[in-house]
Amino acid sequence: MEIAVCIKQVPDTTEVRINPETNTLIREGVPSIVNPFDENAVEEALRLREKHGGKVTVITMGPPQAVEALKQCIAMGVDEAYLVSDRAFAGSDTWATSYTLAQTLKKLGNFDLIFCGKQAIDGDTAQVGPGIAEWLNLPQATFAVKVEVEGAKAKVERMLEEENEVIEIPLPCLITVVKQINEPRLPSLKGLMKAKKAEIKTLSAAEVEADPLITGLKGSPTRVRKIFAPPQKGGGEMLAGSVDEMVTALVGKLKEQKVI
Amino acid sequence: MAEIAAYKGIWVFAEQRGGQVQSVALELLSEAQKLAADLGCEVSAVLAGSDAIESQAQSLFDHGAVNVYLVTHPELKEYRTAPYTRAVVELIQQYKPEIMLIGASTQGRDLAARMAIRLNAGLTADCTGLAIDPEKKILLQTRPAFGGNIMATIITPNHRPQMATVRPKVFKKSKVKSQNSKIIKFKPTINAEDLIVKVLQIVKDESVKVNLQEAEIIVSGGRGIGDPKNFKIVEELAAVLNGAVGASRATVDAGWISAHHQVGQTGKTVAPKLYIACGIAGKIQHLVGMQGSDNIVAINRDPDAPIFKVATYGIVGDCLEVVPALTRKIKELRG
Amino acid sequence: MDYLLTEEQVMVRDLARKVAREKILPARAELDEKEEFPWEIMKVLGESDLCGLWIPEKFGGFGQSVMAFCLATEEISRVCGGVGVTFAATGLGGAPILLFGSDEQKQKYLPDLASGKKLAAFGLTEANAGSDAAGMETTARKEGDYFIINGTKQWITNGGEAETYSVIAITDKTKGPRGATAFIIEKGTPGFTFGKKEKKMGIRASATRELVFTDCKVHKSQTLGKEGMGFIVAMRTLDMTRPGIAAQAVGIAQGALDEAIKYTKQRVQFGKPIITIQAVQHMLANMATEVEAARALTYALARSIDAGGKDYTKESSMAKLFASDVAMRVTVDAVQLLGGYGYMREYPVEKMMRDAKITQIYEGTNQIQRNQIGLSLIKESNQKE
Repeated sequence: MEIAVCIKQVPDTTEVRINPETNTLIREGVPSIVNPFDENAVEEALRLREKHGGKVTVITMGPPQAVEALKQCIAMGVDEAYLVSDRAFAGSDTWATSYTLAQTLKKLGNFDLIFCGKQAIDGDTAQVGPGIAEWLNLPQATFAVKVEVEGAKAKVERMLEEENEVIEIPLPCLITVVKQINEPRLPSLKGLMKAKKAEIKTLSAAEVEADPLITGLKGSPTRVRKIFAPPQKGGGEMLAGSVDEMVTALVGKLKEQKVI
Repeated sequence: MAEIAAYKGIWVFAEQRGGQVQSVALELLSEAQKLAADLGCEVSAVLAGSDAIESQAQSLFDHGAVNVYLVTHPELKEYRTAPYTRAVVELIQQYKPEIMLIGASTQGRDLAARMAIRLNAGLTADCTGLAIDPEKKILLQTRPAFGGNIMATIITPNHRPQMATVRPKVFKKSKVKSQNSKIIKFKPTINAEDLIVKVLQIVKDESVKVNLQEAEIIVSGGRGIGDPKNFKIVEELAAVLNGAVGASRATVDAGWISAHHQVGQTGKTVAPKLYIACGIAGKIQHLVGMQGSDNIVAINRDPDAPIFKVATYGIVGDCLEVVPALTRKIKELRG
Repeated sequence: MDYLLTEEQVMVRDLARKVAREKILPARAELDEKEEFPWEIMKVLGESDLCGLWIPEKFGGFGQSVMAFCLATEEISRVCGGVGVTFAATGLGGAPILLFGSDEQKQKYLPDLASGKKLAAFGLTEANAGSDAAGMETTARKEGDYFIINGTKQWITNGGEAETYSVIAITDKTKGPRGATAFIIEKGTPGFTFGKKEKKMGIRASATRELVFTDCKVHKSQTLGKEGMGFIVAMRTLDMTRPGIAAQAVGIAQGALDEAIKYTKQRVQFGKPIITIQAVQHMLANMATEVEAARALTYALARSIDAGGKDYTKESSMAKLFASDVAMRVTVDAVQLLGGYGYMREYPVEKMMRDAKITQIYEGTNQIQRNQIGLSLIKESNQKE
C-alpha cells in the first residue's frame, strides 16, 4: 500500500502566551512539535503498513525548520519525507495550503490512502484535510477513530457528537483522524539515528507545479484583519467558610437566580 | 467587482440529523437577523434531506428565515459528504448568496471545508463573533486561534460566498415573526460517483445519557477528582440536577471517560445555564469550550487555578468533599 | 555538570527520559501497589532499542556501551527503581553470554534480548550462599553429553518472567575456586521450575523468585566458557554490571532530590516557601553534592570500561558502594523534607526510600564491596614495593 500523511509543525499551544501589552504572541521558548493529531495519523499509517505492507510517505508545507518535524516522523519509522517550501507560500490560508499539498501529493505519485490529523492546534480549522480531498477529487472520511482496510475498500468508524458512525469508503481516499484512534509510538534509537542522517528533499513551488495565483497570500481567499487578546472575563465571587457553609450559600444563590 | 455584486443574501445551512433540524441552525438564523439588518438583505435557510424533511421548514421560518431552499433527493436522507456537497454547491452556484453560515458540528465541518474549495470561497472556522463592516459591507469573522490564546478577525474580501462555521451554543436562538415564508424547491443532480461511500451502522455510546450540547446544566470532571472511579460523584451531581456530564481533555486522554464528554478546544463547545467544573484547572483550551456559559461554578483545591478567573462562584476545596455535599444539599432542597 | 556526552549518548538519555516520563511515571504507583511486572513498559523499551544498549550491533543491539546502558538505567530508575532493576537485571543475566559465550550462543540468545522480546536473569545466590558465593550447593553432575542440575537459587531478579538464565553450579567440589561452571538454561527446560514470587520492601514491580532445579538435564553445549570457569564468569560479570547498579542508585537518588526540591519550593510555612530556610537548603545542598559525586564516579567508571580500561574491580566496587549509600541517604532525607507528606503513599518519595535500600545489598553487599576495595588496596600497595 502507498500511504501518505500530511503533517504540520506547530508551536506547542499549551505553552503559548500572549503579551498583554503588545497583543502579540510570545513565541520564544515555545517548543515546536509535530501537531499531535498528525502523530496519530502517522501512527495509523505505520500500523496499516505493518499489516498490509507498502510504504509510508510524510509531507509537510512549511518553512525550512519544519524539517525537524519530518525527522521526528522518520524516527517513528516512516519511509520517506518531503518538505514543500517556498517563499511563494507565505501567508497561505487553508484554501491555498490544501491546494499546495494536493499538488505535492499529485507530483509524488498515486497514493491508496492519505491521512491527516483532525485539526492543527494552532489554526484549529480542520479544513485542510477535506480541502486536499476535494482538490484531488477523493472521497473523505473525517474524525476517524478506527480504520480497517479490506482490499480496495476501507471501513472507517467516525466519531460524531453522541455516537459513532461506521462507513464503507473505496480506496483511494483521504482520512482525518482523532486522538482516540491510537497511541503514537515513541521513536526508536535506530529511528533517531536514521532521522539524524536523513537528507530531506525540499520541493519548491515550481517543482510541485503550484500555480502562483492560487498559493500564498495572493491565492488565499481569507485574510487576517486583526489579532487581539481574548477579553478577560470578569472575576466572580469566591465563597468561604466550611464545606457545608459554602455549599449552602452556593445552592442559595443559584436558587435565587433561578438557575436550579 | 461586478461578480461580487451579484451575490446577495445571508444563508444558513439548516443541519438536520435523523430528520430533525439541529439547534445550531436556529441559533445561526437568529444571529443572521442582526447581520441582515446591517446589510439590508434577506435571511434564508438551506434544508436538505429526503422529501419528508419539508415538515421541518416551519421551525426555520419561526427563527427568522424568509426563504427556505428545500433541497430534496432520496440520497440526501442521511448525511454523506459527496451528495451533500454536490447538492448545496449547485444551489449556491445558482442562487448566489453573499454569506453562508454553517454550524461547526462534525457534519458542518466535514461539509463546509469541501464546499469552500469547490466554490473557490473563503471559509473561516469556529467563529465566535460575526459582524458587518459598516464601510465595506463585508463579513467580519472573529475566532480564537493558537489554542484560544489569541483572537483573530478574518475577512474574505474578494471571494463569494463568504463562508463561516460557528460552533453550537455560541449564539442564542430566539423566535422571530418572519415576514414572507417562501419555500423554494430545488432538485439537485446526484450522480453515481457521489454515492460511493456507504453508511454501514451507528454505534451508540452507552455512557452518554444526556446530550451535552443541548443540556441546560453540565457537571464536568477534571484531573482534580483524583481517580477515574470518582467520576461517580460527578455523575451523581449531574443526575440530581438532570444535567449532562462533561470532562476535561486530561481525563479523556487518561481514559477515565469517553471522548464524547470532552469539553474544550478539541472537544465540544457548550454554553449551558450552569456549568459546574469539578477539579478542572481551567487551561485556556478548556475555557474556550465553556466560557460562554451563563453561570460557572468552579470547585478546585488550588486557589490559583485559572478556572477561578472565569467562575461566577468559586469554591476552594477538595472535590471529593464538596461535590457530594452539594449533591446532598440539592437533594435536601428538592425534598 | 556537562558530562560532554556524545550526540548518540544524548539521544539515548533523552529517549530513555521520554519513555520514563510518558510510560513509567503514570504507572509506577500502581505497579508498586499491585507488585505487577512491567511487561508493557519492557515492550516499549524493547521497541525503542534501549534494551540493546549493551549488545553489539552484530547481535541486533545498538552497540556495546556501558556508558549508554548507565545513562538509560539512570533515567529509568529516576522514575521507578523497580522498572530500573528489571531493565538492568536483563543486562546482568545476559552479560555472561556476552563475555564468555561462543559465537553460536551469542547468536542464539542475544538478539532476542536486544529487541526486548525476551528477558534474562542471573542465577548465583542461594539461601546459604550470599556473600559467600563459593559456598553454593547447586550441583551440575556430568552424565555423558549432559549435566544434571540440582539445587535452588534464591532471590533471582526477573525469575519466572525471564526466558534466558545464566546459572552457576558446582561441577567439582574438590577443585575449590575452579570447581564451578556457568550454564545458559532456558525457561521451560524439564526439571527447571520457579518458587513463589517474593514479597519485598521495595522494587516491588520487579519479580523476585527462586529457581528450582530438580534433575534438570542441560546439554554440554549450554556451558558458558570452559568447565571450571564458573566463578570467574560470575566475578567478571559482576565487575561489568556493577556500574549499572550504581547508575540505578544514582537515578533513584536524583528522582528523590527532584521531588524534594519541587516540594520545598511550593510548601509554604511561616509565610514563605520552606526552600528559603537555610536548614532546608543545606540538606538539599548535601544531597545534590552527593548525587553529583556518585554520578561522576559512575560515569568515569563506565567510560573507562568502554575505552578498554583494564582492571577496574576496585573502582567498580567503589561506584556501587558510594552510589547506593548516597541513594539511601538522599531518599531518607527526601522523606524528611516532605515531612508528613513524605510518609504518605500518595507521594512518591517513600517508595524511593524503600527502593533504594536494596541497592546497598544486592550484587555484593556494601560490606563485601568494602572487603574488595580493601583487598585491592593491599594488592596495589604490594605491587608498588
